[in-house]
Amino acid sequence: MDSIQSLIKNLADQHGRKRESLLPIMQAIVEQENYLSEYSMVELAREVDIPAADVYGTATFYSFIETKPAGKYIIRICKTIACAMKGKNQVLFAIQDMLKIKLGETTPDKRFSLLESNCLGWCHKAPAMLINNEVYTELTPEKVREILADYMKKNGQN
Amino acid sequence: MANSHQLKRVDFIFRNENDWEKVLSSTIKRKPSELINELMSSELKGRGGAGFPTGLKWKFTSEEESDEKYIICNADEGEPGTFKDREILSKVPYKVLTAMAVCGYVTGAKKGFIYLRGEYKFLEPELIKEIAEFEYYCNEIDFDFKIEIFMGSGAYICGEETALMESMEGRRGEPRNKPPFPTQKGYLGKPTVINNVETLVHTYTIFKYGAKKFYDLGVQYSRGTKLFSVSGDTPKPGIYELELGMSLQDFVYEFGDGDTKAVQVGGASGFLVPRKKFKDAAIGFKGKLTGISLPTGGSMMLFNSSRSMFNVLDNYLEFFREESCGQCTPCRVGCQQLLLGIKAVKRGEKPASYLDKLMRLTETMQLTAKCGLGQSVANSFSSIVENFHEEMIY
Repeated sequence: MDSIQSLIKNLADQHGRKRESLLPIMQAIVEQENYLSEYSMVELAREVDIPAADVYGTATFYSFIETKPAGKYIIRICKTIACAMKGKNQVLFAIQDMLKIKLGETTPDKRFSLLESNCLGWCHKAPAMLINNEVYTELTPEKVREILADYMKKNGQN
Repeated sequence: MANSHQLKRVDFIFRNENDWEKVLSSTIKRKPSELINELMSSELKGRGGAGFPTGLKWKFTSEEESDEKYIICNADEGEPGTFKDREILSKVPYKVLTAMAVCGYVTGAKKGFIYLRGEYKFLEPELIKEIAEFEYYCNEIDFDFKIEIFMGSGAYICGEETALMESMEGRRGEPRNKPPFPTQKGYLGKPTVINNVETLVHTYTIFKYGAKKFYDLGVQYSRGTKLFSVSGDTPKPGIYELELGMSLQDFVYEFGDGDTKAVQVGGASGFLVPRKKFKDAAIGFKGKLTGISLPTGGSMMLFNSSRSMFNVLDNYLEFFREESCGQCTPCRVGCQQLLLGIKAVKRGEKPASYLDKLMRLTETMQLTAKCGLGQSVANSFSSIVENFHEEMIY
């Protein structure tokens, strides 16, 4: 049994082998592996005993279930109206400059992925972004550079 | 009414009260029918935006015969410009848990879920602790009610109650046909009460202080208070609890930056009100005899004269195009075509009259889309295009 297979088996033991457990299990796989590969989907389908097409259908519906390889830190910058009005683009340019990647890309060292997201619910403190589950608000290009520098330092220590 | 009403700050929701144990134990000593009547007489309506009478929802579920029933707290707050539920869950979570348990008592449900949007995952650890403490107390007083958190994964449509249930059942978050309503067949096909976070907290207030205290606030058809999420071009963005029924004019006096051009009430699925209509518009549920009543889940976004309404509409349509679940054609194709359409008009590839065609498309979507998402695109589209027609073209 490879490591993904045993991860999925453990998660299925923990959450139960039923359809209602599908999303919690997929979320846990993404947490571990940074994304849900097709291989994981097929293994998950086998473990929960449902068609792989159903797993694929569910997985691809949700924007937080990554189905393409992603970095350890997924940056999601909010692009909805309040953030767009309050300078989200300048923040985005600063991130792109610093990480040398464009939207939808992952750094070659597989540390950072950069995505846009719809309303994150921080409109009164716009612009906002998530790095994994961590929230950052009232961003400016300077502020976001400092935040990323901290992550890069963390990166070096790992 | 709209002209005379003053803006009144209220403090019920975030008032810190350390007596939830007492509220719970005393409330579950009262008869379920008595509690339902109390809710009905308060005239509390759902605070997620749709405004269904909460007492009726509880009543319908309590009348269903079933071995299992469920209570769901809808914390999939995704409407652009809304951020109140997050604040409730981080500041007064015990009120939400207590209200869920009381709802379980009234309807005969033993199990509750909080469907928390993925974007708010950082709230989860603290909530788990709160739930553990809460269940410990329930155990002590021999009251059987369990609460679990179910995490969403970044889909706006899952705030729609039946899509939310599909999602909990491990499927794509595609809304179901109604009827049957969740009160009859909800999660796993069992009778389910699904309430917005804020609605639940209002029931806590009502059971603690009595329906009259709630009913005396607000105006006819729109009783009580509401949390407003204020953002955009305002010197004081944030969350405010205000009485329902206020005029938009008063609101703008309080929250505007002196240059307010328009206010979007109710988020991307709501209505844009231009300055000339501020004094005629009141914030509350439909049913008033005169003036415009605007319902809202609490999103109030202000735009000043520096903003292009074309850009605002463009942003909303892109939001809807991405968040449409794709299940029904009017919404899936409609959202795409509206976005292409306004861009084509702006670039001069289509005549101005093409906007009228697009307006008819939104009417069709309103009539034929399966759920609120596709139906409500018409709200922002028509109110922006009608009031700022020239900005769509030049």
